[in-house]
Amino acid sequence: MFYREAGQFKTSYAADQALLPIRQDRIGLGLILLVAFVAVPLLASDFFIGSIMIPFLVFTLAAVGLNILTGYAGQLSLGTGAFMGVGAYACYKLTTYFPDINILFMVLLSGIFSAAVGVVFGLPSLRIKGLYLAITTLAAQFFLEWCFIRIGWLYNYNDSGAIEVPQRKLFDIAITGASASPTVRYLVIVSLVALMTLVAANVLRGRIGRSWMMIRDMDIAAELMGVRPLYAKLSAFAFSSYYCGVAGALMVFFWIGSAEAEAFDINHSLLVLFMVIIGGMGSLLGCFMGAAFIWILPIAIRAVPQMLGLDVIAATTEHVSNIIIGVLIIFFLIVEPHGLARLWQIGKEKLRTWPFPYSSN
Amino acid sequence: MEMLHSIFVSPFIEMGAYPDFFLQVVWEGFVAGVLYSLIALGFVLIYKASGVFNFAQGIMVVFAALALVSLHGMGVPAWLAVILALGIMGLLAIGVERLVLRKLVNQHDAILLMATIGLTLVLKGVGQLLFGGEPKPMITEELGLPTGSTDWEVFDGIVIFQHIDIAATVVALLMVLALALFFSKTRIGRALRAVADDHQAALSVGISLHQIWAIVWFASGIVALVTGIMWGARSEVSFALEIIALKALAVLILGGFTSIPGAIVGGLIIGIGEKLFEVYWGALFGSGVEAWFAYVLALIFLLFRPQGLFGERIIERV
Repeated sequence: MFYREAGQFKTSYAADQALLPIRQDRIGLGLILLVAFVAVPLLASDFFIGSIMIPFLVFTLAAVGLNILTGYAGQLSLGTGAFMGVGAYACYKLTTYFPDINILFMVLLSGIFSAAVGVVFGLPSLRIKGLYLAITTLAAQFFLEWCFIRIGWLYNYNDSGAIEVPQRKLFDIAITGASASPTVRYLVIVSLVALMTLVAANVLRGRIGRSWMMIRDMDIAAELMGVRPLYAKLSAFAFSSYYCGVAGALMVFFWIGSAEAEAFDINHSLLVLFMVIIGGMGSLLGCFMGAAFIWILPIAIRAVPQMLGLDVIAATTEHVSNIIIGVLIIFFLIVEPHGLARLWQIGKEKLRTWPFPYSSN
Repeated sequence: MEMLHSIFVSPFIEMGAYPDFFLQVVWEGFVAGVLYSLIALGFVLIYKASGVFNFAQGIMVVFAALALVSLHGMGVPAWLAVILALGIMGLLAIGVERLVLRKLVNQHDAILLMATIGLTLVLKGVGQLLFGGEPKPMITEELGLPTGSTDWEVFDGIVIFQHIDIAATVVALLMVLALALFFSKTRIGRALRAVADDHQAALSVGISLHQIWAIVWFASGIVALVTGIMWGARSEVSFALEIIALKALAVLILGGFTSIPGAIVGGLIIGIGEKLFEVYWGALFGSGVEAWFAYVLALIFLLFRPQGLFGERIIERV
C-alpha cells in the first residue's frame, strides 16, 4: 500500500540512472541518515555509541571491502584481518613520520598501502580460483600477522609491541586519542562510511564493477567478451583491500585506540566473512545488516543472563554465545543462503502488494 | 653477498658438518608431517564424497581427543572410552548429515564452507562447556602407547627417536592402508568412490547419498580421533591445536583436494620443509617462520601447478 512505485515516472536519463529510483527508498534513506547523523549523536549514550555503533560501522566498512572481492568479483578471501592490519600499521607509521598532516587524510592514504599488499597477494587469483584461492589468502593472513609481530619498525620498536594512537585534532576538536569523545569519533566514522559506501555503490554499477561481476559469473566467458581478467581481478583485490585497510585504520584510530597483532588474527577475518555471508553476498545493504547482526548478537546474548538476574560465569556465557552464534549461522544459511539482504528484498516484494496480496497490483 | 652466502651456502655447510642433527631435524619434521597428513586426510575424505570443504576438521580432532580424555577422567576404562569417543563422533556425523548437509545440498562452495565454520563455533562452544577449556594431558599409557625413546648412534652423534613418534607413524601407515582396503574392497567403499566420481550417476544406481555422507563424516571422525590421540600424546590436548590444524589446508593445496596420496606426500613435504626452514634459514627472518612457511610454500607452488601435486587436471568448459 505504502511501498509502491505506481505513478512515479522517469522523465529524464538522469532519473533513469538514479541510485535510488523509488521515492519511498529515498525517503527511507533520508530518515536513516537523519537518525545516524542527528539522532544518535544527540540521544544515544556513550556506551551505545562507543561499543555498538562505532564497531558496527568499522566492521561494515570492512564487510563492504570483503563483499567487493567475494560478493561482486567472486574471489573468496580469508585474509581480511591482515589487510585491515596493513591499513592500521600504515596509518600508524604515517602519523609518526608526518605528525602535522590531517589524520583523516592519513587514514585515507593508508588504504593505498593495503591495496598494494592486496594486489601482491591477489596475484595467485590469476591462476587459481574458488577454495584454492581462499587458502592462499591464508598465506597473506599468517605472513602479514607474523610481520606485525616480528618487524619492530612497524610499531616503532616500543616494548609493548602494540601501536598506540596519538592525539590528533580537527578544527581544534580532539578526534583521536584518549581524550576524544565517542560522539566525535562516531561522527568522523559515520561520515567516512557513508561517503565510502556511496563511492562503492557507484563504482560497482559502473564499468569496473560490472566487469567484476562478469568475472564472478563466468570468468572464461567474460574474458571472451573483452574483460581482461588481469585488470579485473587485481583491481578488485586493490579496491577491496583499500576498503579493508581504511577500516583497519579506523578500527585502531577511532575505536580501540591501541592494537597488537592479535587484533588482526584469523578469527577477525572469519568474523568479517560471517558478516558478508549472513548479510548477503553481492549486496551493500547486506554489509550493514550482516555487521549489525554479527556484532550486536553476542552483546545481546551476554546481556540476557544479567537481565534475567542469573549469576553465570563470564566464560560460560562466552561458550554458550559461541554455540548460539554457530547454530544461528547454520540456521540462516539453511533458511536463506543469500543472506539478510535477500530477506529484506522478499519483504519489499510482499510490501508492494500488501494488504491485498492476491490482487493483480 | 653475505646475505646470499647465508641463504645458499652456510645452511648446507651446517647440514654437512652435523649430519646427526640434520637427521634429527628431518625426523621431527617427518613426524609433524605425518600428523598434518592425518588431518588433511580427514579433509580429503569429506571433500571427495560431498564436495564440502570441512573447516571443522581441526576442531573435530580436538573434540574427539577431549571427549576421550574426559571420559577416562570420569573413571571409564581406556578401551571403553575409545569406543564411547568413537560413538560420539558417529553421532556427530549423523547429526551433521541430518541437520546441516541434507539441507544445504547444491549450495555454493562458500556457503558450505561457512556452514562448517559455524559448526566449528558450535563444537568449540560445546567442547569448552562440557570438557573445560584448559589443556589436558593425553592418556598415553592407559591406551597402551609406548613412551620413552631410543638413541641411534650415527655419524659420531646420536639421533633420538621418541617411541610415541614411531608409534604415530606406524598407526598412520596402518590407517592409510586400512582406508585404501576399505575403499577398494568393500561394498560401501566402492559406493563412496562412486559418489566421489559423480553424485548423480551414483544416485541413479541406487546409492543413498545421505547414508554415504554420514559414513564419510564418521570416517573423518575416526581419523580425527586417531590424530587427536597421537597429537595429544606428543604435546597435550588443547584448543590451540585448532590453529595448527589449519596448516593441513596448505597441505591440501600442495596435494590437491581430492587426492589421498597427495595429502600424505603434501603433509610430509610441509612437515619436513617447515622444520628445515625454521632451523637452518629461520635465523635470517627472525623466529616463528613456522607460522607462515607452509602457506607461502603452497602459494608459490600453486603459481606453477594450480591443480596440486596429484590433483586432477583442471579442464574448464564454458
